[in-house]
Amino acid sequence: MSLELFSQYIFAGITYGIIYAIVAIGFNIIYNTTGIINFAQGEFVMLGGMSAITLNYYLPLPLAIIGAVLFTMLIGALIEIVFIRWLKNPSVLRLIIITIGLSIIIREIALHVWGDTVRALPYFTGNVVSSVTILGAPISPQVLWVLAVCSCIVILLSLFFKFTPLGKEMQACASNRLAATLCGINAKNMVTFSFMLSAAIGAVAGCVVSPITSSEYDMGTGLAIKGFTVAVLGGLGNSLAAVAAGLLLGIIEAFSIAIGFPLAFQDAISISILLVILFVRPHGLFGNKEAASLKEF
Amino acid sequence: MLKIRNLESGYSKLRVLKKISMHVDTGEIVTLIGANGAGKTTLLYTIAGMIRSTGGDIVLFDQNLKPCSPQHIVKMGCSLVPEGRQVFSTMGVEDNLILGGYVRYKRDREYSQTAELKAIYDIFPVLRDRKDQLAGTLSGGEQQMLAMGRSLMAGPKLIMMDEPSTGLAPLIVKEIFKIILGLREAGNTVLLVEQNAKAALAIADRGYVLETGKIILQGPADDLLNNSDVQRAYLGRDVDSDTATCDIV
Ligand SMILES: Nc1ncnc2c1ncn2[C@@H]1O[C@H](COP(=O)(O)OP(=O)(O)OP(=O)(O)O)[C@@H](O)[C@H]1O
Ligand SMILES: [Mg+2]
Repeated sequence: MSLELFSQYIFAGITYGIIYAIVAIGFNIIYNTTGIINFAQGEFVMLGGMSAITLNYYLPLPLAIIGAVLFTMLIGALIEIVFIRWLKNPSVLRLIIITIGLSIIIREIALHVWGDTVRALPYFTGNVVSSVTILGAPISPQVLWVLAVCSCIVILLSLFFKFTPLGKEMQACASNRLAATLCGINAKNMVTFSFMLSAAIGAVAGCVVSPITSSEYDMGTGLAIKGFTVAVLGGLGNSLAAVAAGLLLGIIEAFSIAIGFPLAFQDAISISILLVILFVRPHGLFGNKEAASLKEF
Repeated sequence: MLKIRNLESGYSKLRVLKKISMHVDTGEIVTLIGANGAGKTTLLYTIAGMIRSTGGDIVLFDQNLKPCSPQHIVKMGCSLVPEGRQVFSTMGVEDNLILGGYVRYKRDREYSQTAELKAIYDIFPVLRDRKDQLAGTLSGGEQQMLAMGRSLMAGPKLIMMDEPSTGLAPLIVKEIFKIILGLREAGNTVLLVEQNAKAALAIADRGYVLETGKIILQGPADDLLNNSDVQRAYLGRDVDSDTATCDIV
């Protein structure tokens, strides 16, 4: 394999991998504050991309993206307020069924609103054919956008959780809800925030990948499976590990094509990895066994 | 400061507290003793707003608490150090303390986090040595001190403590009780729930005895210490045969 081809596969792997990581981080944020796996996470990515495309008919691209992110955050908040907030001590299974149901509903509504045509946002800089040469390989500038934006998300999120009062309060709720309430933190609001935050980063990811992968109403399902695989692979709740696991899965996928695996088998790869991990290391590659044994799910 | 009249409370089907009346005056240490399952924790949770009462009144700082959320009660200046410490075990010691102070930090421009932290570290010097350690890795006694420090960061006027001495070695218990006495010196008011009745009554001004959801005895701490029913039930000795003086903290 030539260096050019090799670096092209690496870049493709990293691009998809970091998107999976962002979806996985969305899972983790909600999982950490509530213990719920929100299977509607992929739908946030779809909503972000699709609504940005629609808004882009009327607004310049940056404003359309901002609008799409705000819209998706609103949907995230509504989901929490309408379907989750008022439940008293719901079981994990019940919550999972609720989020799966919601993902189906959102997808069906999207089908009615946008139809089943495949759309895409325009390239942020340049167009389909423009490229930058890195390590001998022509790379689309949009790939650099994806990498830059997703890395920013990861860095900003960790700063947010480490240094801002709101971030610390969300962490406190995740750590001990009773104690957080006794410290005067409104735990229910923190759960709403966690849905809004997950929705926001999902939507941003949906916008930056749209030019490369295109957007359609049912893109969320596949992404949710990949993101969930990555979240489990890294160890549920651990966002830095999710980045590593995401890159790993992305690169595995890219090279599976390189060695001649049919494209149609890509999803099978991640599902097999998910199953193997669940059997062999349910606490994830980087997770800690003791911490995992304390978790409800 | 705190007045409770005919309070009734419990969990969906189970009525735990039956017409409880009690009060805590400014500057007092009041202790509430009672057997396991008497409803002590339930009473504190009801005052803290974690459980809705089903009857009666709670009046805190001359304000009726009926419709108050836990957040509001903390903001008013009444903090609970819960049973079993409940620190944020996955976060650092200093972050735990800082979180306790957010209710004031967010509203009060004058509030200085560093000054408050220094004050807490002066009361609990062990915490200063461990400020970057994860709270879950502290010893039981240190966690208890952290839970107390975290509540104090909110600058409460009334501080409620649920069994602070449980599971701690006698020496640490002594230290914790000394700190509670120090809190009163500093102008705080304390409502102390304890299994360790002897130690609690020794530092308290007044006491209440709770049994199956009812207050069955109340009075100055010294009277309760000498009361034969209390001695038999909670101080673990048979009054008739026991002549030894009780050794108080
Ligand atoms: N979450 C709950 N749901 C239902 N019943 C509860 C709950 N918590 C406590 N109870 C019941 O309420 C009664 C009083 O419990 P509470 O915890 O107030 O007792 P306590 O006096 O604090 O006991 P201890 O000294 O053991 O801490 C008990 O019978 C208990 O089983
Ligand atoms: Mg109790």
